[in-house]
Amino acid sequence: MAEHAAVIGIGQTDFDAKRVDVSQVGLIREAAERALADAELDWKDIDAVVIGKAPDMFEGVMMPELFLAEALGGVGKPMLRVHTAGSVGGSTAIVAASLVQSGVHERVLTVAYEKQSESNAMWALSIKMPFTPTMVAGAGGFFAPLIRGYMERSGAPEDTGIRVALKDRLNALKNPVAHLKLPDVTFEMIQNSPMLWDPIRYLETCPSSDGACALVIGNEKHGRAASRPAAWIHATNMKTEPTMFAGRDQVMPKAGLECSEELYKKAGITDPRKEIDCAEIYVPFSWFEPMWMENLHFAPINEGWKMTYEGATALDGDLPVNMSGGVLSTNAIGASGMVRFAEAAMQVRGQAGDHQIDGARKALGHAYGGGSQYFSMWIVADQPLQ
Amino acid sequence: MRDVAVLSYAQTPYVRTERVRNEVEMLMPIIDEVVKKAGIPRQEIGFTCSGSTDYLAGQSFSFVMAVDAVGAWPPIMESHVEMDGAWALYEAWIKIQCGEVDSALIFSFGRSSMGETAETMTLQTDPYTMAPLGPDSISMAALQARCGLDAGLFSERDMAEVAARNRRNALTNPEAQLAGEFDVEALLAAPYRVSPLRDHDCPPITDGAAAMVIAAADVARDVSDKPVWIRGIDHRLDCHQLGSRDLTKSPSTRLAGEHAGVSSGKIDIAELHAPFSHQEIILKNALGLDDDVRINPSGGALAANPIMSAGLARIGEASRQISGGAASRAVAHATSGPCLQQNLVCVLEG
Repeated sequence: MAEHAAVIGIGQTDFDAKRVDVSQVGLIREAAERALADAELDWKDIDAVVIGKAPDMFEGVMMPELFLAEALGGVGKPMLRVHTAGSVGGSTAIVAASLVQSGVHERVLTVAYEKQSESNAMWALSIKMPFTPTMVAGAGGFFAPLIRGYMERSGAPEDTGIRVALKDRLNALKNPVAHLKLPDVTFEMIQNSPMLWDPIRYLETCPSSDGACALVIGNEKHGRAASRPAAWIHATNMKTEPTMFAGRDQVMPKAGLECSEELYKKAGITDPRKEIDCAEIYVPFSWFEPMWMENLHFAPINEGWKMTYEGATALDGDLPVNMSGGVLSTNAIGASGMVRFAEAAMQVRGQAGDHQIDGARKALGHAYGGGSQYFSMWIVADQPLQ
Repeated sequence: MRDVAVLSYAQTPYVRTERVRNEVEMLMPIIDEVVKKAGIPRQEIGFTCSGSTDYLAGQSFSFVMAVDAVGAWPPIMESHVEMDGAWALYEAWIKIQCGEVDSALIFSFGRSSMGETAETMTLQTDPYTMAPLGPDSISMAALQARCGLDAGLFSERDMAEVAARNRRNALTNPEAQLAGEFDVEALLAAPYRVSPLRDHDCPPITDGAAAMVIAAADVARDVSDKPVWIRGIDHRLDCHQLGSRDLTKSPSTRLAGEHAGVSSGKIDIAELHAPFSHQEIILKNALGLDDDVRINPSGGALAANPIMSAGLARIGEASRQISGGAASRAVAHATSGPCLQQNLVCVLEG
């Protein structure tokens, strides 16, 4: 049986469109040093390092973990590099947790990052390959039809996405490290912003960010000894399905439905809406909040939009979602999954500051990637799983 | 720790240029083969992990298409490392240690023929201080060989003998790319490619893929009469800047070897992932292997160097030696990064 593991240190960089003040090395150091300081540990206390990021072409460095090894104190230690598309930040945290749960290591440092300003993500996603139709649409062009499909199926009001964006943008104002902050944001401002990929408006989409997130994960001994509260990992899960085949439901992917179902089972959760206090989920385009509410079994199929509409996902709702401002406010792609996992852990540790949910004891972190086909999730809580 | 065994291994024939099949088509037959040989129904394999790099495919998210080769439906628990498949094996081994799953499918792939391999590997170096200088992988290996020659650790003749032996061994490996009898004197008469390396000291450019199924003891004993046990597996890393390292040594290999328990029994054979001839000598020293250990019966990376699979192939080839009865205890090694920067060591027993 797996050993208990807990998040005992969390560090995020300040996120911005262009962190020209630091190299990739400086960026990951900033996150890692903050996580170590939070854990009150030093580099020598770390047994192994797990690093994650999205495609290497986003920075133009092949397997960059090799040149980042020294900056992460990885010399002489085991070091792994994970890449599972957009879900990578979450998968990286899960791999790091498994190094502890397996009993192989006691304390593991994990870092996920993206420094998009050093290359061009649109270019990296649009390379023409032989015998393959090129999309040249970026992620927005890919996901817009799926959102349209959801709108038709569910009959959700047209302004659901605007409401999600307004909520997340207001939440971001309470998060000191968030990238995109619009202090004067209003419903009308979002509604009147340019339509990028119908039905996705400019202010309903995520920014392109530079930034990193780091976690220190310890075993039960270190979780109990930590001077700050630990976030105990109750369950993790990953699921994948192929990008396309006849009959695949891209709007409501089976991989996500099964991933969360198994996750709750592992964590002993029977009524997720009731038992989970808050959730940080991967919403790069506003409409994915209601879609994922259904995919995560928080709402019946075609009714996820009601949660947004009724304010259930607001900071004072019964299931607050994306308290940090979410991916809509900060998207250093490779880091984004880990930020979700980290924010869930911050909530149960009671360290989320102005966006803290009072009494949060159990939280969900969620990430997805590829063509809505890679899912990674975890449940963290203020006490170890009984 | 749970005992974990290699149940099956398969690899594509290694070729200079795979002209007909894409990565998915290369993977499908070998994944079918390892799953069938393992004797575990595909839907019951608990975890899948792969290793590859976008920079060989020339395409972001290139591993995503490979999911098609697994038949990931119903959805599977799956992960991917941007590393050689040997590290995918490590992640799968960890997953089994967690008790979460009992078996795993591992695969890796790469088509080096798609680009200019030596120049592509330049992009693996520090983008601020090294890559702008344009060091290609052969030139970096040449610097390492020069350090070893200057230190008197080996001679150019020793290097040629390594190359000749590996390619002679490859004569018995039907999947090898470069096999044959080579006269050491004739090899040494050839001009340098990048001094002190001659062509024979360098690996071929290879397209290929590899796949493996592993399982925990309770499952392995059910489905196999002759599982090959992973007795130890560990990996370590050296610093990146060539100038900060003693290139004639591989401290990370030594450390990984110690943690994997190489010295706790007699080693019959070693499969060492040494793309360049002199690196085999450095690795042999780092692992403290005796002269009677048979090194690279498969022909090693000098006979076929499918980047991203060559490390997993060493573990697969070593497991074949044991299951075929040619060895009872073997060490397999995988490397990554310029001049053996990162190294994994795996000890296998029958």
